[in-house]
Amino acid sequence: MTQKTILNDTHRALGAKMVDFGGWDMPISYGSQIEEHHAVRRDAGMFDVSHMTVVDLHGARTREFLRHLLANSVDKLKAKGKALYSCMLNEQGGVIDDLIVYYLADDFFRVVVNASTRDKDLAWITKQAAAFEVKVTERPDFAMIAVQGPNARDKVLGLLSEETRAKAAKIGKFVAAEGDGLFIARTGYTGEDGFEIVVPEKDVVALWNTLKDAGVEPAGLGARDTLRLEAGMNLYGQDMDETVSPWEANLGWTIALDEGRDFIGRAALEKQKADGVKRVMVGLVMDEKGVLRHGQRVVTPLGDGEILSGSFSPTLGKSIAFARVPAGASDGLQVDIRGRLVPVRIVKYPFVRDGQSQIDA
Amino acid sequence: MQEIPGDLKFMKSHEWARVEDKGTVTVGISDHAQGLLGDLVYVELPSVGDTVKAGNACAVVESVKAASDVYSPVSGEVVAVNEALPDKPETINEDAYGDGWLFVIKPDKLAEDLDELLDPDAYAELIENEDE
Repeated sequence: MTQKTILNDTHRALGAKMVDFGGWDMPISYGSQIEEHHAVRRDAGMFDVSHMTVVDLHGARTREFLRHLLANSVDKLKAKGKALYSCMLNEQGGVIDDLIVYYLADDFFRVVVNASTRDKDLAWITKQAAAFEVKVTERPDFAMIAVQGPNARDKVLGLLSEETRAKAAKIGKFVAAEGDGLFIARTGYTGEDGFEIVVPEKDVVALWNTLKDAGVEPAGLGARDTLRLEAGMNLYGQDMDETVSPWEANLGWTIALDEGRDFIGRAALEKQKADGVKRVMVGLVMDEKGVLRHGQRVVTPLGDGEILSGSFSPTLGKSIAFARVPAGASDGLQVDIRGRLVPVRIVKYPFVRDGQSQIDA
Repeated sequence: MQEIPGDLKFMKSHEWARVEDKGTVTVGISDHAQGLLGDLVYVELPSVGDTVKAGNACAVVESVKAASDVYSPVSGEVVAVNEALPDKPETINEDAYGDGWLFVIKPDKLAEDLDELLDPDAYAELIENEDE
């Protein structure tokens, strides 16, 4: 059955084209996906991300539980409100999901996981939590709006009460503050500054309309996908899944092999590293015309790989992608596009940072 | 949604064909199709001189979202392609039935091929049912 966010009627009234996304009826765009992309890069745009799953963890041993559950170390979270990006792994070191965890109190952490993985995530977290007497509570009563772009923060701050504005204005990146009934985090999935705002469902339509009146452009999942790809951010299910380790998804930076911490999947990760990681994820740019797409074959001198996330980059005006290729492949890569082998080059990503291309033309 | 011009014939796969005064056939994709695809970013056209068969794929249009084959509504020889499109594929979004044309065919068996195509009313009905 298709699920709808509280904003579904609002999207339809705005003329959005709706698509199924992981079982949710979501707006892919409200007109031009490319214009929505540029609005976020140049000014401010907003996304309904209410389909994402908010899970609250309560209990005296919550930090200890998260040390065990997550590949990144929650001990990096020292100040209340601080957030951390991490993978949650199975025993084989495969990625069950990627998520953000917020430290809110010594006995209270909040986790935001993907919509498409909700059921298995909740089952896994609940199962692992039992031994730590941690209470796992999903929060379907929350909606979420991501407001992103160089002017996004100013536009949000202008709508807050004086007291909340003072708090929200001074939080650094990857930190959350609370006020006016909102949970305001300086996080996002676009490579731009901005906030992700968790809001009670009953207030979300009013918040959306207020943001729109303040000049924040509604943007759909289409723009969200090209923005996050340009920003070099992985998409679960496309760039990694349970058969892929963080080493193979260029997420090594999120693995904390801190002394004596026994997290799920650690042994498998250490073994894979010791044996040598056989395949790696790289960024690709195609200078010729055409579009790189998920599933296309990548031909390298060391063997074949495949395109993971691939799209047209509105900022660069050419196609970019992530690909998983044999470790060591560096030159002479080609992509099989409908039987034609087209040269591509490996580049360091993010492809775009703070609105600017990071790629040599 | 753009009005469907009355002189066009359509394939169920959303290509349009216009028989010109000199007997050639201009081909494009419908306004409905461009709307479904979204912002177009790449067009792969046949070459002038290619022989195409009705119902066979002979061009590709790609939007940010997806790639889509374009089928030829009629059989014959490609006598012109829209050379402005590769640099400005968004022309198809802006004017699917005009400046966004793809290629022109000199048909082999026009009458027979036209019988297989939908008139504007039948096509309008098709896309209306699709939307439900």
